[in-house]
Amino acid sequence: MSDYIIEAIKNGVFETLKMTGWSSLFAYAVGLPLGILLYATAKDRLLQNRAVNYAIGFVVNVMRSLPFLILLVLLIPFTRWVTGSSIGTTAAIVPLTVGAIPIVARMVEASLCEVQPGIIEAATSMGASPFHIITHFILPEAAPSLLQGAAINVATVLGYSAMAGVIGGGGLGAIALQYGYYRYQKDVLWTTVLLLVIMVMLIQAIGGLLAKLRRKS
Amino acid sequence: MSNADTVYELQNVSKTYRNEGKEFTALRDVSFSIREGEIFGIIGMSGAGKSTLVRTLNRLTEVSSGTVRYFGRDLAELRPRELRKVRRSIAMIFQGFNLLQQRTVIKNVEQPLRIAGVSRKERKEIARKMLEVVGLSEKEKEYPARLSGGQRQRVAIARALAASPKVLLCDEATSALDPKITGEILELLQKINREQKLTIVIITHEMSVVERICDRVAIIDDGNLAEVGEVKEVFRAPKSKAAKKLVFPSNPFDPSRENSRLIRIVFDGLSAKEPFIADLVASTGRKVNILSANTKSVGGVGYGQMVLELPDNEIDRTVIIEYFKNKGLAVSEVER
Repeated sequence: MSDYIIEAIKNGVFETLKMTGWSSLFAYAVGLPLGILLYATAKDRLLQNRAVNYAIGFVVNVMRSLPFLILLVLLIPFTRWVTGSSIGTTAAIVPLTVGAIPIVARMVEASLCEVQPGIIEAATSMGASPFHIITHFILPEAAPSLLQGAAINVATVLGYSAMAGVIGGGGLGAIALQYGYYRYQKDVLWTTVLLLVIMVMLIQAIGGLLAKLRRKS
Repeated sequence: MSNADTVYELQNVSKTYRNEGKEFTALRDVSFSIREGEIFGIIGMSGAGKSTLVRTLNRLTEVSSGTVRYFGRDLAELRPRELRKVRRSIAMIFQGFNLLQQRTVIKNVEQPLRIAGVSRKERKEIARKMLEVVGLSEKEKEYPARLSGGQRQRVAIARALAASPKVLLCDEATSALDPKITGEILELLQKINREQKLTIVIITHEMSVVERICDRVAIIDDGNLAEVGEVKEVFRAPKSKAAKKLVFPSNPFDPSRENSRLIRIVFDGLSAKEPFIADLVASTGRKVNILSANTKSVGGVGYGQMVLELPDNEIDRTVIIEYFKNKGLAVSEVER
């Protein structure tokens, strides 16, 4: 491999991390509250509200059923409106975030559902408000599971970020596509794949470790 | 209606659950009251409705009809904010403890104080004091998963007491514990009741729990209030079928003959030192077959009951029953 390709790969690793990091952060900023709402408004839960639950659930399901590649294309006007451009690493953060939000929301919802109903009953009997019950009881109890879910979500975003290469996003995906696929440079293709695998494994390991440290039972 | 010393006043409380078109009545027209400072037992077989009943006392369950008055206030009329405030004075402990698994013991005990907006420093001070009351001071930094069942229930009791409640509701709080630990927890509850004048409501399916620490008891049978009264009185002379079922020993020996008559005699402290079965034989020449005997000595006086199988001859039976009655024992027929 020539020097400029090695330089490009180095740059690609950085760009991939940048896209994954920001997208995950933004996706959690929206997806976490959304997941909490999905959980809390479901039947027999503390903020039971059929209309809200159905509306959020519907949007989340529709977004989740769109293949990410299609979403990427569909979102081009929106991306341009937000970032001023539809190509490049920064632009890719927009569709990645939008694509990850429903996944995060469902994952958060699933984690919260694992919390024992008895905990909520105890909190209610103490006179806690729904907000208190969520922040002081449900979220701390679900923390290990939320962390485990986060590792999966971040790894998923990393995988998606490789796809952003197709529409001009940067990162390792773009390099794999340009050098590995279009120019038949198998060594570049395999190097990028290997790097992506290592990054996913690292994320999974860190997430797993954090969850394990948090879990007291 | 409500006296100054009445904590709870239940009037015609009914609860019907509706689920997918099916109706299930958990409580039917239940009325009784709970007095301040007493330990009140609610006993019944599983599925009798007692868990639903205790949840109407802090409105975790809404009643379908009837009223639950707490210090004279109808709980159903409280708005959410008022209800939360009232709930802070009604602590509850559970069969499954319901502690936060991801929080240390002391953080668990602090929870109700956190909800009440008590400062961090004061919270910790109170929580430490509570852990001292339940004898778990050295465990404050442990996580609940590392404690035994009995210790977990002690933490739950410390947590329940932290916000100085007026009432403590116990929902099958000892049912997951072995007899020895159950005894310790009951002793602790009794101590708290005496020292802090805390009203305690105990839900259980075990008569032994009621006998041991309750002042009065309500017997719930299939959603109905079968009987309510002083524990001693209910134990000595149960009136309802449900009460008899709970009070009579559950596993006596089989009678030696089919259709023989069985009686239950109850002694409550008066005749403990007297060998009355031996005296019966000596003075009347009639014999009985002991099928079950359950006696204990409390402070030197005996309490307990025996189930006896009587001879077939009617005169013999009459003589025996008269003999016990003259000795001051409560005698009742046992249905077979």
